[in-house]
Amino acid sequence: MSSVRAPSRLGGLVLAAIFAFLYVPIAVLVLLSFNASGLPTAWTGFSLKWYGALAGNANILHAAWNTLVVGLAATAISTVLGTLLAIGLETRRRKGTAIEALAFAPMVIPDIVLAVALLTFFSSLDITLGLPTIVVSHVIFDLAFVNAVVRARLKHFDFSIVEASRDLGAGYVTTFRRILLPALAPAIIAGALLAFTLSIDEFIIAFFTAGAGRSSITLPMQIYSMIRFGITPEVNALATLVMGLSATVLMISQWLNKEQAP
Amino acid sequence: MSPPDMKSGLLVTPAVAWLVIFMLAPCLLVLSYAFLERGTWGGVEYTLTLENIARAFDPLYARVFLTSARIAALATLFAVLLAYPAAYAIARAPRRWQPVLLFFAVLPFWSNYLIRTYAWIVLLNREGLVNNLLKALGYRGEPLSMLYSEPAVILGLVYNYLPFVILAIYSALSRLNPELIEASHDLGGGALRTFWRVTLPLSLPGVAAGGVFVFVLSIGNFVTPALLGGGRFQMIGNLVYDQFLAANDWPFGAALGMVLIAIMTALLLVQARLAARAGGDTARPA
Amino acid sequence: MNARERAAAAAPPTHPAVLRIETVSKAFGAVTAVDRVSLDIRPNEFFALLGPSGCGKTTLLRMLAGFETPTGGRILLDGQDISPLPPERRPLNLMFQSYALFPHMSVRANLAYGLEMERRPRAEITRRVDELLATTGLSALADRRPDQLSGGQKQRVALARALIKRPKVLLLDEPLGALDKKLREQMQLELKRLQHEVGITFVMVTHDQEEALVMADRMAILRDGRLLQCGTPQEVYETPVDRFVADFIGVMNFIEGAVDPGGVFRAPGLDVPLARPAGTGALAVRPEAVEVLAGPAAGMPGTVLDVAYHGLDRVLHVRTEAAPLLRVRVAARHAAEWRAGDAVSLRIEPAHCLFFPDPAP
Repeated sequence: MSSVRAPSRLGGLVLAAIFAFLYVPIAVLVLLSFNASGLPTAWTGFSLKWYGALAGNANILHAAWNTLVVGLAATAISTVLGTLLAIGLETRRRKGTAIEALAFAPMVIPDIVLAVALLTFFSSLDITLGLPTIVVSHVIFDLAFVNAVVRARLKHFDFSIVEASRDLGAGYVTTFRRILLPALAPAIIAGALLAFTLSIDEFIIAFFTAGAGRSSITLPMQIYSMIRFGITPEVNALATLVMGLSATVLMISQWLNKEQAP
Repeated sequence: MSPPDMKSGLLVTPAVAWLVIFMLAPCLLVLSYAFLERGTWGGVEYTLTLENIARAFDPLYARVFLTSARIAALATLFAVLLAYPAAYAIARAPRRWQPVLLFFAVLPFWSNYLIRTYAWIVLLNREGLVNNLLKALGYRGEPLSMLYSEPAVILGLVYNYLPFVILAIYSALSRLNPELIEASHDLGGGALRTFWRVTLPLSLPGVAAGGVFVFVLSIGNFVTPALLGGGRFQMIGNLVYDQFLAANDWPFGAALGMVLIAIMTALLLVQARLAARAGGDTARPA
Repeated sequence: MNARERAAAAAPPTHPAVLRIETVSKAFGAVTAVDRVSLDIRPNEFFALLGPSGCGKTTLLRMLAGFETPTGGRILLDGQDISPLPPERRPLNLMFQSYALFPHMSVRANLAYGLEMERRPRAEITRRVDELLATTGLSALADRRPDQLSGGQKQRVALARALIKRPKVLLLDEPLGALDKKLREQMQLELKRLQHEVGITFVMVTHDQEEALVMADRMAILRDGRLLQCGTPQEVYETPVDRFVADFIGVMNFIEGAVDPGGVFRAPGLDVPLARPAGTGALAVRPEAVEVLAGPAAGMPGTVLDVAYHGLDRVLHVRTEAAPLLRVRVAARHAAEWRAGDAVSLRIEPAHCLFFPDPAP
């Protein structure tokens, strides 16, 4: 239809402006991370020296390692829980309004509220704060997002393949393993990748549930303390690496999820 | 066809248990703290009181709520004003381009919030890029201090949440049956009138969803006021943070958190009502 | 009517049933989807469950497959009650309306799945899959994924997958529903041929009465969960049990009127002698049982509204005093060129008429 699909010059202009607003600040950051002087005042040539400085910074490497451990553990747990939840909710014969609300809540509850709630909870039970408590906390919102991604796929899923499998002689477990999970695999992996990026980027909840001391500091916590300290070329380099990793993972996730969407 | 019986109760149990134990129980616990007295060294004394709730409405703190609400409202307004044309332009782009445009509009949203906020510090500080640019253009005055101000905080919030609003409005616009717009043209409505009388009203649920989201996340925000506001003025999120990590007054922090959750719940309910009322016959045919 | 059909129709009532449905009911809450249906399905017959949407035919089929549990009655397969068995333990297979091909598996893997579940040896699986691929003309597509197949090819794969375990009964849920008209007619014949070859009892659900008439040896007509009639296509077409079946199967004209005490049906401009007790009701007459008389003879007068061309024959739409629209089939070859507006005279052969009395008030 011409009236709505006509490529419009004004539309192009609007999009160019919005994309500039969204991407120029990030692009500046990336550019500065390669600036030999490290300062925003003058370009003194291309250099990787700030990345070299990162590699020599034990604090950052330690934080990066913690982040990876938390991200992988939280992703593994939340992928299993979120996928089962999505399948369960989608195949329920009764409407589960309370469960739906429970699964939706982590996406809208203010981070700070969840963070203080978890801190209160863990300390009232005398649980030592550390990487395990961060993982437990991250699983909460990670599983909500895995659930959302997998459910979106299930909305146009032909469940008759599950019945076909039973009809051909497969039991419940075999059907789950050989039919349902492989057919949902792209969405499950996409959800897992999203959970992973959310987890490695999450700051406030990790900050409250990590406990005192440096031992369980994560990369976003490290970045936060560096930013508060001031702008340094190392932060630019670190930020570039973190953004690059997130963007790559997200693009893979998007690509996977589109492959089998109807 | 309806989905088959998959022992659904069994499947939802682990996740539900996780959420009940690690989300619902902690939230109820912290809310119950709002009715207890503070302990001398942090923690709580198990004595019931309404003092904390009352204190949250003390003029001193009520002002923080009002500031937070004003900042959140302005952020919401600007985010919607920027997002609507962008979402509209994406919805009118050639069909095969739409997913790509949308993906890149939303991509920043999923990446690191701290870093996106930090990017604005780099741009706006006194030795930052914007000031350098002004100097290069011949500006000779004192460097502008744009950072650590209310507009900087609003800018940061708009920047961070804009992608989600674009997504929400786009999905409302893309669900719109194009025949409705054709029908309006057919009945003699011009482009502007069609937009005003058909497209805009039918896309309002998306605007509401995106707007409520920005408002809820902004009013409870902690990072943006801390970084771009420079701690000069407080929002509720910072106040809660301080009560827990600095002032060690957990019951009062819990009372503030409770108000935050109440605001959030009320807005989400309003939005759900709006969405339900607008859920009529506007969708594309299947 | 072919030989087998005649044999099936003439079979004595004690004929062993491969599948016996005994007063089966299914209620979803307050809604009764299937209401005390009893049917015997005989070995090697092609049986159709026919009815408008919502009549309960699909629910009945799903109870046979094991996806719904009856709330009353029993289902016997070779004399054994299979009602308590889950779908995977029933020696019946279902061909799904949506085909339900496993999207992440090749055609070959789709066919092999059922045999793998029986834990057959690898070599046997390969052999049987290859054989069936050849029989169904799918050999060239063996390594394709379902999304690389056309609608007709998917239909064939779904059928092959449901047949590979050599089920005692094959259940088919609107097997041709997703195909266009041309392919559908072609597949009707092919499905029938295949059923002869494999010698398996077929139970097909369809809402298309023409399809049921063409394909089935016997058919059951359901409405609102109840069985109205069961019989061969000819029985159902020629002696429908009630006005609904008469209307649902084929094309039928109804003329409202009354039978007088002398046993003659009377409507304005029409007298048909029927040996029936008096009462009001509808005379049912097929378009082919109405004759157009040459010239203004002493028949029922009418006016041609429209002439519909159907190749070998034509259907005249005629307005009469007794019925606002009467469909009359005339062979094209000895039909004069009727036009809209022509006056005609019609004769109805009493032997070909049915009468359905109005239900008692």
